[in-house]
This record gives sequence, structure tokens and C-alpha cells, in this order.
Amino acid sequence: MKYMLLIYANEGAFQALPKAEAERGLAAYIAYTEALEKAGVRVASNRLRPIANATTVRIAEGKTNVLNGPYADTREQLGGYYLIDVADLDAAMSWAARCPGASHGAVEVRPIWEM
Amino acid sequence: MVRDGDRHACAAAERTARQGYGKLVAFLAHRTRDVAAAEDALSEAFAAALADWPSQGVPDRPEAWLLTVARRKAADGARRRRRGEEAASHLRLLAEELAEGDAEPSEAQIPDHRLALIFACAHPAIDERIRAPLMLQAVLGFDAATIASAFLVPPAAMAQRLVRAKTKIREAGIPFRVPERSEMLDRLEPVLEAIYAAFSEGWADPAGTEARRRNLADEAIWLGRLVVSLLPDEPEALGLLALMLFAEARRDARRNACGDYVPLADQDLRLWDAPLIGEAETMLLRASRMDVVGRYQLEAAVQSAHVVGWRAGRADWAAIACLYDALMALTDSPVVAINRAIAVAEAEGAAAGLVLLDAAGQDARLREYQPYWASRAELLRRVGDRGGADEAYQLAVGLEADPAIRRFLQQRRDTL
Repeated sequence: MKYMLLIYANEGAFQALPKAEAERGLAAYIAYTEALEKAGVRVASNRLRPIANATTVRIAEGKTNVLNGPYADTREQLGGYYLIDVADLDAAMSWAARCPGASHGAVEVRPIWEM
Repeated sequence: MVRDGDRHACAAAERTARQGYGKLVAFLAHRTRDVAAAEDALSEAFAAALADWPSQGVPDRPEAWLLTVARRKAADGARRRRRGEEAASHLRLLAEELAEGDAEPSEAQIPDHRLALIFACAHPAIDERIRAPLMLQAVLGFDAATIASAFLVPPAAMAQRLVRAKTKIREAGIPFRVPERSEMLDRLEPVLEAIYAAFSEGWADPAGTEARRRNLADEAIWLGRLVVSLLPDEPEALGLLALMLFAEARRDARRNACGDYVPLADQDLRLWDAPLIGEAETMLLRASRMDVVGRYQLEAAVQSAHVVGWRAGRADWAAIACLYDALMALTDSPVVAINRAIAVAEAEGAAAGLVLLDAAGQDARLREYQPYWASRAELLRRVGDRGGADEAYQLAVGLEADPAIRRFLQQRRDTL
């Protein structure tokens, strides 16, 4: 089954990290991505640019509303995702627990609705 | 007039339903993870059995017959409900299953996936409140209304939560497997809770008038033994088994020859089952050697204290009240609060018990809970408040579903 691991974290806290720690943080993500790759379960993954670069579009009553900013203004933001293909929810949960995002934020596990 | 063949077929279907329901659901759903579809297919198979067996005769292996029909119904259902790729993968799983076992497995050969089903129902990704009800439905075939009444939840809400939980098992890919030893402790607690809930439900029908329920206490004890055999070093699993065995040992003493309810204080202690009590004591002792106290061990210890009291001719209510104190600290359950109030009433007098019962009564869940009102009536009687006792008994009578207990409560009310 395919699952999306959605990483929610406080991006301000990450940006405020000293350079060495930020590098260690990125290295952890690179190692994690490599582990998923080696296990043959990684379908896709990406890091998202900061919410300062986000634009939200919504059409209401035929009119296009454009909002400068993210969809939800919460403390923790969607900062990246991994799309993985594993046997079941237990496997997806154990990969989610290994994701660095689970330590500095939270990882939401969502099964993919195959189209 | 019901013909003999019909009656025989109905009895055979009923017997198979009781003994094999969970096994058949677990087998039908363990690959597809579709518990609702397995239940639907099985209920269609039971309907087919009731149509076929009276004229064709009951098959030699009723479980295998039901399984064969249920699998065909499941495949039909999958074709009806699903389209395209999804249907194809579902049907492929069903086909693999058919190829894996014989087309007509004998009863002994139907692999027992019940434990895996139980752990799927108690998975951490399932809402905590629905784990036990889900197990009762999937493993033991309870309907949503019965489960709702056992869990003090409105029936419509319970039915909806059950549907959502089954959908989550299917759509989120919750596996049917027995957890590794390292995960077992976290995963065990909700399992024990559900087993105890099943036992309590069976315990509520001492007259054995409802076939499903009569067997339920036995099923729960069976599940309890299974868990203990799988996890011999888990004290709470032993504690739960001890608790259930103590209660089961008193089953026959709860009704007199006329079928009337007999409260614990008036039971004929010769009717208690001594070998079961002995087994329960052994389990509790084994658990206590592991030095990890828990809810079930404490409740079993209460039962043990009653047994000791029986042998000594006088219950040690102060000790029992102490055990309930420890239980309150662990569970904060309103039902434990009632029992604690009763123990304190016995140890220190009705007035002291009433103070605790009043405090417990702040919990809105107790407003429609018969034992709360019956306990309250009894304590009000003892302090001489006949008007209050009469009112509380009326509420207790109005809330009770079991006719024998209703009769008992009415008699108590009449003697005010």
C-alpha cells in the first residue's frame, strides 16, 4: 500500500538553528531518504520551501481569491513529504517514527487513494 | 408449527454461529482486511443455511459449509461494490486465499486468525473508545445495540463508530497480525479490556436465556486463557483470567431454584465452584509474584477477599475498601466508585458510604446506571430515609433490563 508521510514542523525553529545543527538536521533527512531508497519503499519525496513563499488560491462565487500565505496559519507547517510503498500501516508507522520530522515536529500518515 | 427439521437446522446454525463466528470472520477478513464485507458475507451464509439445511439436512461440517458459501458471497459482494483495479486486487486476494487452502477446508483446518483479528481491532491507530466494542462485534458477533448498552453509549453513535473503525482497518491498511514481543505490552491492555467487557456482558445473563450471551463468559475465559498461554509472564493477563474465574465460580449461586436473583451476601456458598476458585487463586498468586500491580489483579484480589471472608464466615470489608481505594487511584471509574462506597458502608456504616456515593453520583454517566440507584436505595434505607430509598428503588427498577433482578429490586422496594 502507498502512504504519504506528511511532515509538520515549526519552520521558524529550524531556520533559527545554528549552522552546524541545521547541517546535522539536513544530514539526518538525507540519511533517512537513503534508508527508504535502500529498503526499496521510497516512491517520491520533497522538501517544501518556507511558507513565506506560499500562495493560497480559492474560487468563491466565480471570483478567484488569492491569499499571500499558507492555507492554515498554524504553529507547525507542512514542510515536506515522503510517498512510500509498504505492506501495511504498521510498516508505514515504523517508517514515520524513523523520520527526523517525528522528532522535531509530527508526521501524519495518510493512505493514498489510488486513482 | 415449526417442523423438527427446521428446529434442528436452526439449532445447528445457532451452535455454529456461537462457536465459529469469530473464526470465520477472522479467516474471511485477514487478507482483505475488510471486516464489514466478511460480516456481510457471513450473515448471507447463515441466511442460506437457514434456507437450505431444513430441506437438505445439516452438513457434516457446518463451519466449512458456511465458509464456502461466505467466500462465494464475499466475491460476489466485491464485484458488486467495487470497480476497476480495486475490485481486481480484492478478487485476486480472495482467489489466492482459495488457492492457498483446500476449496473445502475441514473445520480442523480452518486456520485460527482470531488473535490477529483481536489485535487489529485493538490497534493503536483505532480510536481507543471503539477497540473493545469492535472486538465484541467482529470476534463474537454482537450487534451494535447490545454493545451500546454495555458501554453506556447511545446505539446510533455506537453503530456509527463501529462502521468508521472497520473502514479505517480496511482503508488505512491496519494489518491482521499478532504483535512482536517488544510491542506486546502496549498492545495488550486494550485487548484485556475488551475480553473483560465480553465477559461482563455474558455475566449479565445468569439465567442463560440468550444463547449468544450464555456462551460469552466462556468465550471470554477462553480468550483469557489464550492470552495467558501466549504471554505467560504478563501479570495483568493472569489477573484478568483470575478475575473471570472467580466470577464464573459464583455463577450458579446467583439464582435460586425459582430463577430469582440472589445477592452476594445471601448466596449459598456451597454452590460456589471450588476447583474454579482454586484455579483463580493460583493465577492470582502467579501474577502477584511478578510484582507489578494492575487493575485486574486488584479486582481479582477483591474477589479473593470475598472467598477468604466466606471461609472465615465474615468478609473483611475494610481490606476490600482498601483494594477499591487502590483501584480508584488507577482507573477513576464511576463503577469502581460505587463498589468502593458499598465496601465503606459495610466497614464504617451506611452514612459514610452515602457520602462517597453522593460524590460518585456527580458523574452524569451514572444517572442511567441501575446499580448506582439500587446501591443508593439500599444505603438510604439503612440510614432510615424511606422516602429517598423508595424513589431510588423506583429508578433502579425502571432502568433494569433483567426480569429476575427487576423482581428482586421490586421485592426490596416492597419491604421498605
